[in-house]
Amino acid sequence: MSRAGPEAAGARTHAPAGIADPVDRAIVNALQGEFPLCERPFAAAAERFGIGEDELIARVDRMISDGTLTRFGPLFDAQKLGGAFTLAAMAVPAADFERVAGVVSAFPEVAHNYARDHALNMWFVLATPTPEGIDDAVARIEAATGLPVHAFPKEREYFVELRLVA
Amino acid sequence: MNGPVDLAVLDRAIVRATQGGLPRVPRPYHTVAEAIGVAPELVIERLRAMLASGAIRRIGVVPNHYRLGWTANGMSVWDVDDARVDELGMRVGALPGVSHCYRRPRRLPAWRYNVFAMVHGRDRAEVEVQVGEIAALLGDAARAHEVLYSTKVLKKTGLRFE
Repeated sequence: MSRAGPEAAGARTHAPAGIADPVDRAIVNALQGEFPLCERPFAAAAERFGIGEDELIARVDRMISDGTLTRFGPLFDAQKLGGAFTLAAMAVPAADFERVAGVVSAFPEVAHNYARDHALNMWFVLATPTPEGIDDAVARIEAATGLPVHAFPKEREYFVELRLVA
Repeated sequence: MNGPVDLAVLDRAIVRATQGGLPRVPRPYHTVAEAIGVAPELVIERLRAMLASGAIRRIGVVPNHYRLGWTANGMSVWDVDDARVDELGMRVGALPGVSHCYRRPRRLPAWRYNVFAMVHGRDRAEVEVQVGEIAALLGDAARAHEVLYSTKVLKKTGLRFE
């Protein structure tokens, strides 16, 4: 893992060796940002790995297919684009957990939903096109589940990791 | 698109066309430009502008934590003295192994914690070591903390704007 942004220093040093192929590892480490903005970006990027344009495309394709990469492209900041998101949590009775998980996850505004080991045992991220949409989604989830939702909007961002060391 | 290009409309179109990923072809920006009906140079120019404004955090590959070997993750939460929280929060975020660190509101009495730091490791023992480092850094400023491990992924679709 490393600091956010290309200007930041201090790569995290205890990365596990999860990718055996050295070229794949170099691609994952070097292409998490700064993918070239030019007519033939794969050709431009491939030079630094000593491979051709076609091979870089094929390797990225394969790493998407086998799950090494979750995606390839721009990573947007939803808030800067006018949208909103928040972390939220509920205390769901164990006997009712499956049903409530289904109800909550069915909301399109719920981007991620995790069971966690705590009295507040369901944690999810709400993402909406407008800030007002968050309160509306919270109210609808409370109505649909009959349970209170605690919203934890971020008040201050201290750090967000943008790169992982492979 | 005909006539003068509305940049907000154009940017929205670029977001829609690329939020699922860039085409993996020799000229990906040309493919995007064709799909939304503008010149490729304009797509590249707007992507560059959105990077500069922060609307795009970065462009590239997004690795899967688990496949890289980061299989344990804990959400550590801390009740930190409000007078010192911002200074200390920045330092917690700077620790190795902390992938995200935010200040969030307390919800008393259900929830007393105001700092959330996501910690990754190869196993829970490694996560606990890093939680210990956070505890040492915060010292008396932290009145309590817990680590919430995820037990099941119920949904993971990623963000979609429209």
